[in-house]
Amino acid sequence: MSDLGRPITIGIIFLFVGVIYAYKLFTIQVLDSTYQAEAEKNIVQKEILYPYRGNIYDRHGELLVQNQPAFDILVVPKEVKRIDTLSFCKHFNISKEEFDSKMLKARQYSMVRPSVFKKMIPIREFAVFQDFLVNYPGFSIQPRIIRDYPDATLANALGYIGEIDKRRLARDTTNVYRQGDYIGISGLEEIYEEELRGRTGVKYNLVNVRGIDKGSFKGGAYDTSAVAGKNLMTTIDRQLQAYGERLMKGKRGAIVAIEPATGEILAISSNPTYDPNLLTGREFGTNYRQLSMDTTKPIFNRPVMALYPPGSIFKVVQSLIALEEGVIGPSTRFPCNRNQVNCHAHPNPANLHNAIKYSCNPYFYSTFRKIVNQNLHENTFIDTRIGMEKWLDYVRSFGLGEPLGIDLPNEKGGQIPGLGLYDRIYGENRWKFSTIYSLSIGQGEILVSPLQMANMAAAIANRGYYIRPHLVKKIGDESLDYMNSIDRHEIPIQEKYFDMVVEGMKDAIQGTAMRAYIPDIEICGKTGTAENPHGEDHSVFMAFAPKDDPKIAIAVYVENAGWGGRAAASTASLMIEKYLKGEVNRKWLEEFVLKGDFIY
Amino acid sequence: MDQRSVWYNVDWISILLFLVFVIAGWLNVYAAVYDDQAHYSIFDLSQNSGKQLLWILSSFLIIAILFLLDYRFYNNLSIPVYVTVMLLLVFVLIFGREVAGSKSWFEIGSFRLQPAEFAKFATALMIAKYFDIAKPKNIHSIKTLVSLGAIIGLPVILIFLQGDTGTAMVFGAFVLVLYREGLSPLILLFILLSGIVFVLTLFIDQVYLLSAIIILSLIVFGIIRRNVVNLSLLVGTAAYCLVLSAGVDFIINDLFKPHQQNRIKALIDPGADPLGYGWNVTQSKIAIGSGGFSGKGFLQGTQTKFDFVPEQSTDFVFCTIGEEHGYLGSLALIVLFMLFLMRIIYVAERQKSRLVRVYGYGVASIFFFHFGVNIGMTIGLFPVVGIPLPFFSYGGSALWAFTLLLFVFIKMDAHRKQILDR
Repeated sequence: MSDLGRPITIGIIFLFVGVIYAYKLFTIQVLDSTYQAEAEKNIVQKEILYPYRGNIYDRHGELLVQNQPAFDILVVPKEVKRIDTLSFCKHFNISKEEFDSKMLKARQYSMVRPSVFKKMIPIREFAVFQDFLVNYPGFSIQPRIIRDYPDATLANALGYIGEIDKRRLARDTTNVYRQGDYIGISGLEEIYEEELRGRTGVKYNLVNVRGIDKGSFKGGAYDTSAVAGKNLMTTIDRQLQAYGERLMKGKRGAIVAIEPATGEILAISSNPTYDPNLLTGREFGTNYRQLSMDTTKPIFNRPVMALYPPGSIFKVVQSLIALEEGVIGPSTRFPCNRNQVNCHAHPNPANLHNAIKYSCNPYFYSTFRKIVNQNLHENTFIDTRIGMEKWLDYVRSFGLGEPLGIDLPNEKGGQIPGLGLYDRIYGENRWKFSTIYSLSIGQGEILVSPLQMANMAAAIANRGYYIRPHLVKKIGDESLDYMNSIDRHEIPIQEKYFDMVVEGMKDAIQGTAMRAYIPDIEICGKTGTAENPHGEDHSVFMAFAPKDDPKIAIAVYVENAGWGGRAAASTASLMIEKYLKGEVNRKWLEEFVLKGDFIY
Repeated sequence: MDQRSVWYNVDWISILLFLVFVIAGWLNVYAAVYDDQAHYSIFDLSQNSGKQLLWILSSFLIIAILFLLDYRFYNNLSIPVYVTVMLLLVFVLIFGREVAGSKSWFEIGSFRLQPAEFAKFATALMIAKYFDIAKPKNIHSIKTLVSLGAIIGLPVILIFLQGDTGTAMVFGAFVLVLYREGLSPLILLFILLSGIVFVLTLFIDQVYLLSAIIILSLIVFGIIRRNVVNLSLLVGTAAYCLVLSAGVDFIINDLFKPHQQNRIKALIDPGADPLGYGWNVTQSKIAIGSGGFSGKGFLQGTQTKFDFVPEQSTDFVFCTIGEEHGYLGSLALIVLFMLFLMRIIYVAERQKSRLVRVYGYGVASIFFFHFGVNIGMTIGLFPVVGIPLPFFSYGGSALWAFTLLLFVFIKMDAHRKQILDR
C-alpha cells in the first residue's frame, strides 16, 4: 500500500478518542476534588456518641439534677418488612397517620440509613416497648439522655435544656452543635453550658450501599470518644431550698438566702414555680407552651428578674448613709410628724435605734432630707443635686441599680433614680427634696430585685462589704474563687455605724417583726410594707442571723401579702430556723405561713 | 534465521500487551469485589477472580490450539465459521436462556456461553474473506455494498433480536474497515455529523439549533463554488441535519425503550436523578474521580467494593482501576490500549494478503469500539451500553472471543511471508 492516508486517518481517530478520555479523566481525577468528598459521603456513616451531661449537686453533694436514660427509636425503611401496622401503632401508642407520615419522612431521607422514628422515650415507657420491638425488623434503639430532677425544686435557677434552635445553630461558629443536639436554654444550664455539655464523640463507620457495616473508617483515626460534662456543685442547700418552696406555695414572690461571708446562695426560690421534670424529654414542647402561657408566670425567675420597691427595708441603708455623712448621730431624734409622711403608733420622738425598731417613717423623711440638703449651696435645687450625687454613690455601693453579676441569665439591675431621671421628668434644677422624698422610705422611683435585697442584708451582716452572690462553687474538681478584690465589694461606710444599725435591726424583732423571733437565735431584721397602687401591699423582710458571725442573710418578698411583719418576716424566720437548727420547732408559725392568710 | 519459524515471525509486542492486559485484568477483577472482612484468596474458585483465572488459563489453551492449526485453515474455514455462528445466533433465540433482559446465553450445566461474542470474530473474518474472494474494484458498487451490508447486517439483526443492543452496536465499528478499503470519507463525515447533531439536539434548544443549521448552510453557500455537486451535497446535508434534529425527540421518545431513554437522560444530566437513572453514571464517576492522581492503592478502593458502582467486575470494571490506581493507572491503561491499537494497524499494514489486512482492521475496530464505549460510559461521555472492556471485564465468553479474535490475527501475521496475495 503506497497510500498511507487512510491508515493514518484511522490511527488519528483512535488517538483522538484516547486523548479526549485522558483529558476527561484528568479533569475528574486530578482537577476536581469533589469526587473524593462524594466518595466519603457514600461510605462513611457518622455515628454520634452523646456525652453524659454533668450532674448538678447542692452544697453538701446531694443530687439536684441527674441524667436519665431515654431512647430514640430508629427505623431503617428498607428493613421494615411485612409488619402489622395496626398492632405496631397500638403498641407504640401512635395513630396510623402518624406512622405513615414518619415512615414517609424516613424513606425520603434514606431507605438504608437509620432515621429517628420516635424521640426520647423515657425508660418507664420504654420497658414496655422493648418486648415488642424484636417483632418489628428495621426498628432499633439509640440511647439518649434526658434530665431528671429528683426533688423537682429550684426550677427557675436550674433552667432547662432543649433542642438547639436554628438561629443558635447558625450562630455556633465553633461547630460544637449539630441539629437535634440539646443545649442549656436558661438558668444554670445556660450559664454553665460549656462546662456541663461535655464533648460529643463521633465514630465514623464504613458502610456499603446497603448500609451494612464494613468496619471503621481509616482504622478509627478520626473517631473521638464522648467526654462527659463536668459536674457542678452549687451553693444551694437542698433542704432549705425545698423548705422555702414549700413555704411559698400558693404565693407570689421570692426568697433569696445568702451566706454573707462567702456570697454563696443558700436558697433561691421563685414562686409560682413549676416541676422542672415537665421540661424534659418528649413533652417539652407542649409543657413549655402551657407554662409560658400561664398568667401566673411560673417561668419568670423572680429573684433576679422581678423588680420591686424595697419599702422600709431601705431605711437601714438611709441610716448608714446618714451616719457616715455625719448628718445624724445615734442619739439624733426626730419627731414623728405624720404631716410629712404617714406612720403608726410607737414611742415618740424616736432616736435612730427606735426609728429602725419601729420603722418610723417621718424619722427617715428627716434623715434623708439631711443627707440630700447639707446646705452646701445657697440654691436649694443645686444643693439637692450635690446631696443626691453623694447619696447615689453610697446606694450604688450596696450593689443596687446594677446587676450584681450572679451566675444566672437575664439578671435585672433594678432602678436607682439618678439625676438624669429626675432631670428628664421635671427638668434640670426643677426638682428638690420635696419632689423625691418618697425615696426616704424606699418608695417612689426606686426598684430592687429580691436578690439585691438579700445581698443588702449580707452586706449589713458583714458590716461593710459583700461578696458577689453566686450559685456554683465548684466545677468538676475545681473550686471557684470569689474571695478576691474583684468579687469583694467594699461599702464606704465605717463598721461602727453598721454596728449601730444592726442593734436597731436586732430590736426590730421585738418591734415590727415579732413573728420573726426565735428564742435562742439573735436575728437582725427589718420589715417592709411596699405600697402597691395595683392592690394589696407587698410584704418584705430582710434579715440575717446570728447577729454575731452571721451564717445566713435573707430577703423574702411576698406579693400582695400586706404587712412585712406577717408573711415575709414569718417566712424568713422559719427559713433561718430551718437553716441554723436543721428543723423547725415553731409549728404554729409554719402553719400560719402555709395557710397563707396574711391579710386581716 | 529461519524465516519459516513461527516463533521468530510472531508479533511479540501484541502478545506482551495481551499478557499485560489479562494479568492486570485478573488482579483487577480480584480487587473489584475484594472484601476486607471475608479474606478470599485470589485463587478461590467460588469468587470471580478464581474463575477469571480459569478463563485466562483456558484462553492460553485456545492460543495453543490456534497456533497448532495450519494458517490456511482460517482462510478456508471463514465461511463455515460464519455460517455456524449465525446458526448459533438463531438457536440462541430459540433455546437460549434469558439473563437480565437479553436472550443471548446458552446454558449447559453451570457453563454459559454467549454466541454474540463470537459473532464479532466470525463477521470480521467473513468481511475479510469477502474482500479476498470478490476483490471488489469499487467498494461503492451496489453489489459490493449489498453484500457487505448483508454480512454485517445479519448478525446485527439477530443480536438485536436477542435484546443485546450493546453488542449489536459493536458491528458499527466495521465502518472503519470499509473506510480503510476505500469507502468514501464522506460516509465517515456523515456519521460524525449525525453524531454531532444528535448530541447538540440533546443539549441545545431545538429552535436555536434549527436556526443555526440554516445560517451555517447559507454561509457555506456563500463560500463554495456553486456547481451541481456541491449544491446538491449542501442541500442534502442541510436537509438531513434539519430532519435529524427535528426528529431526535421522536427517536428518543418513540423508538427507544424507557431504559434506553434513561441512559440518554443520564448522559445529559446525571445529577437530575442521582438515585434513579443517574445512579450508575454518578457513582461510576465518583469512584473514578475519588481515585485522585495516584489512587487509593490496590484493594483499597471503597466505592466499588461496597457496591456503590454496579456491575463492578464486568461492565464497570474500569472504575476499580480509576479508584485504586488513580490517574496514573487510568492513563497507563489508555496509553497501553492506544499502543495496542496502533500495533494492530501497523501489523495489518505490513500484510501482503488483503484478507489478513482486512481482518486486522476488523480486529482493531472491534477493540477500539469496546474500549471507547466502555470507558466512555464510566466517565459520563457515552450512554451506558453494556459491553465489556476487552481483557479486563470478568467473563469467559468475552475473554475467549477477544483472545480468539486477536490470536487468529497474530497467527496469520506470523505466516505473513508465506501468505501471498492471490
